[in-house]
Amino acid sequence: MRPKWQARAALAMVGWLAALAMFFPILWMVLTSFKTEIAAVATPPVVFFKPTLENYRAVLERADYLAFARNSVAVSLGSTLLALALAIPAAYSMAFFPSRRTKDILLWMLSTKMLPAVGVLVPIYLLWRSLGLLDTIAGLIVMDSISVLPLVVWMLFSFFREVPPEILEASRMDGASQREEMTHILLPLCTPGIAATALLSMILCWNEAFWSLNLTTVRAATLTVFTASFSSPEGLFWAKLSAASTLAIAPILIFGWMSQRQLVRGLSFGAVK
Amino acid sequence: MTGTKPARQKRSFRTVPLLAPSIFVLFLWMVVPLAMTLWFSAENYNLLSPGKNSFAGLGNYRDLLTSRALWIAMGNTLFLVGAVLVITLVFGTLLSVLLDSEFPGRGICRLLVVAPFFVMPTVSALIWKNMFMNPVFGVFAWITRSLGIGTIDFFSSMPLLAIVVIVAWEWTPFAVLILLPALQSLNREQKEAARLDGAGPIALFYHIELPHLRRPMAVVAMIEVIFFLSLFAEIYVTTGGGPGLASTNLAFLIFRDALLGWDVGRASAGGVFAIILANIVALFLMRVVGRGLEDMR
Amino acid sequence: MPFVGNSRTWRWFLVFAAFILCAWLVYPPRGGPQLTIATVNNADMILMQKLSEEFERQHGVKLNWVVLGENILRQRLTVDISTGGSTFDVITIGSYETPIWAERGWLVPVDRLGADYDYADIFDVVRQGVSYRGKLYAAPFYAESAFTYYRKDLFRNAGLEMPDQPTYAQIREFASRLNDPQHHVYGICLRGEPGWGQNMAYISTLVNTFGGRWMDMQWKPQLTTEPWMEAVRLYVDLLRNYGPPGASTDGHNENRALFANGNCAMWIDATSAAGYILDPSQSRVAATTGFAKAPIAKVANGVWAWSWALAIPASTQKVELAREFVKWATSRHYIALVGARYGWVLAPPGTRESTYDNPAYQKAAPFARLVRDAILRADMTHPSALPVPYVGIQYVGIPEFQALGTEVGQEISAALTGGASVEHALALAQAEAERDMRQGGYLK
Repeated sequence: MRPKWQARAALAMVGWLAALAMFFPILWMVLTSFKTEIAAVATPPVVFFKPTLENYRAVLERADYLAFARNSVAVSLGSTLLALALAIPAAYSMAFFPSRRTKDILLWMLSTKMLPAVGVLVPIYLLWRSLGLLDTIAGLIVMDSISVLPLVVWMLFSFFREVPPEILEASRMDGASQREEMTHILLPLCTPGIAATALLSMILCWNEAFWSLNLTTVRAATLTVFTASFSSPEGLFWAKLSAASTLAIAPILIFGWMSQRQLVRGLSFGAVK
Repeated sequence: MTGTKPARQKRSFRTVPLLAPSIFVLFLWMVVPLAMTLWFSAENYNLLSPGKNSFAGLGNYRDLLTSRALWIAMGNTLFLVGAVLVITLVFGTLLSVLLDSEFPGRGICRLLVVAPFFVMPTVSALIWKNMFMNPVFGVFAWITRSLGIGTIDFFSSMPLLAIVVIVAWEWTPFAVLILLPALQSLNREQKEAARLDGAGPIALFYHIELPHLRRPMAVVAMIEVIFFLSLFAEIYVTTGGGPGLASTNLAFLIFRDALLGWDVGRASAGGVFAIILANIVALFLMRVVGRGLEDMR
Repeated sequence: MPFVGNSRTWRWFLVFAAFILCAWLVYPPRGGPQLTIATVNNADMILMQKLSEEFERQHGVKLNWVVLGENILRQRLTVDISTGGSTFDVITIGSYETPIWAERGWLVPVDRLGADYDYADIFDVVRQGVSYRGKLYAAPFYAESAFTYYRKDLFRNAGLEMPDQPTYAQIREFASRLNDPQHHVYGICLRGEPGWGQNMAYISTLVNTFGGRWMDMQWKPQLTTEPWMEAVRLYVDLLRNYGPPGASTDGHNENRALFANGNCAMWIDATSAAGYILDPSQSRVAATTGFAKAPIAKVANGVWAWSWALAIPASTQKVELAREFVKWATSRHYIALVGARYGWVLAPPGTRESTYDNPAYQKAAPFARLVRDAILRADMTHPSALPVPYVGIQYVGIPEFQALGTEVGQEISAALTGGASVEHALALAQAEAERDMRQGGYLK
């Protein structure tokens, strides 16, 4: 029985309103990036204005956007790959060969995320410096992958649990080794889930600000540092900050939107039949 | 209930090398910085007086536990975590239900709803602080003035709530990202059958959709709690912990000690405290929510 | 959508990504001499960054810039320098940290930059601020004091006249007459955001001019003494009754935006904003802004003094090159370069006599005389009418002050929002300050 058209229209209206309400701050930020500084802080807020590209010009002139973007891409990708490489075997082992300790291990892994970063800043800074990892992509990748590893393990664990063990059992009886079991059966089956986890991990690494600010200076600085450099100077800066932020989130937003279908599919719990 | 489950073998030692690398890495991460933190917490270590370190024993902990700031911060932390969790779950569910139904442009709406999660927390906070909540030139001020209500100074009168709003805005899309596909994977036939039996939309929601969402909700809850316990950027950028200590949470308190007071000793003690608190919260959460995760298909 | 459902696509994508990753990781570092400079993202420093191409060309050097907001920069630099790091070759620090860091041997002295550097040209108080035991440890880049900005048009319309040296009684009077919330014009805008460098910077000067001080000669905090009570009461009174809504989260920047937008009748804050308030592309009130001295109450100690300076960490490997840069960026030549390229009104203010003697500057910057007077009046070792054991006018030059000042700032902002009475807030602040001073070993 299809709902009446009034109900559908009402639904559409509510849906659109909700979506626009959620998106509005971002829209406002992008709009502000095309205003002059004075217009950006005008009261009442300016909705119709003459757009200008001067903010983008100022931002791009001042800092090498591509270098920052390259670093962000490298760090996000690298951390995600490293985390996946460590997490897939671990999640496999915990999902299919659980022991009494499994739940404790999972909880313990999550607890490693519970130490507020600011509390370990000095120890980590000293450690990284003695290891020569300061201001290197590798150093940042290590840090970010450690931050993201517990989540990746958890999510992969949840996805692997969806897989009926009979399938793996069948392949084992067919003589597949453990590695073959993982790479030829499990991974293809769970690709959507793995992709979704990877995407989530990339988003978190992309937006990671604390360690990027503190462990890098020039060579490995990411887009979060780029954005921070336009934040809170003396004087009017909101238009320029909006421009810098738009440039900083554009890549991940576009990438996320493009692979959104994949993400949604992958996050379907219980979809693997 | 099916018969025996043959696949859940006891862990053979073959699996140890699989699990080992992750555990090893995390263990290093746990042990080395944690050990250093524990060590520093027992020292009088001020960054601006290097070389004058001395053993403090439990001194830092005593200072910490007797400062009223700690208890206020703890309360704020718990409130922040709880409030945002509830809001994101409720609105996440509602939005997911909305986006699950058919209406034109649903795909685009989904993209719009998901977008806030991609924005850097510092930028989100700045947008909200300056473009929306600023009592003079913010958008909200303009709205309330046009409605004749006058201006509300969010960050002074309700700082913690303002932060809750900002964080909820950032993380509700995350809840939607997890809950929506779960909803969509719900068997259509089951829903149709229930509807034919005369179930209204509310009953449908309550008896069929909601139970199905228990597991994804558990995942959302666990992940969000871990992140919210150490919320920092939003507070730093908007209220700076004020007015007074009204919006200081544990992470910000540690920051204040570490990077304003340069007292690494006390900050480390705060860090240890934060871990203990987080573990308690996580254990509690596991108990409440862990059942959802344990559910077999 | 290319990614949907195709695991083969994903595999290729991952391979491609891994390739990019490897390529990036082995990306060859730039060769040739380089200098890493950390600076604040204020407009004057951005100009320095732009103009530094001249330096790069002259010396065949590549300059790497780390540009951050003041607070984050300070934290970053402190963590690095206090743990013996050599990440930066030139750093931008203020008159607050210079003596503290110099005392710990973290900075290289910059008192031998050459005869052509003209040390005598630098204002005494500015030089004093960045020296330790008489030696210069950082080269002043720009310096500021405080004065009163006001709207000439609003004053004229109300039939009021701003004297050259107003008193706080007069300021209060003006604020109450000019306060017009209906039209979004507020009598006075003052810093409210909690922070040792935000609201406490202003309040310190208010306390000073009421005859108070942060600490007595035994380092005991004086926050519950009469001058503090009077000062904070006036502050809360002014902002609550005649200030903009949300004042308790408005720092320098927000107030600058408010004034530039036309929302404030008066604003007491740093002189460094003057050039931008007079710039029509950045301010709506460029044509109608006037300047007066910072107000006084009981004693004539109302001004503050702050300078941003370039320093060289002791652990850097490139001392000579760093010295060259520091010399270039703080020299008369550089100031003239800014004047010629961007207009004299944007020249880095407050550091050198020659700038203020220059007729071109005087013409472009009508506030120049007041700024120079304010700076000449400032005395860092005697900020208050009473004797003090510390240096600093709007701050206390001890390392503990960052935390102490911010704690006090938070308590006072609570008084501002009505959450606490002034007496209660100051009592709490006093307790915290005493605790901090005891832990720092100043008090027994």
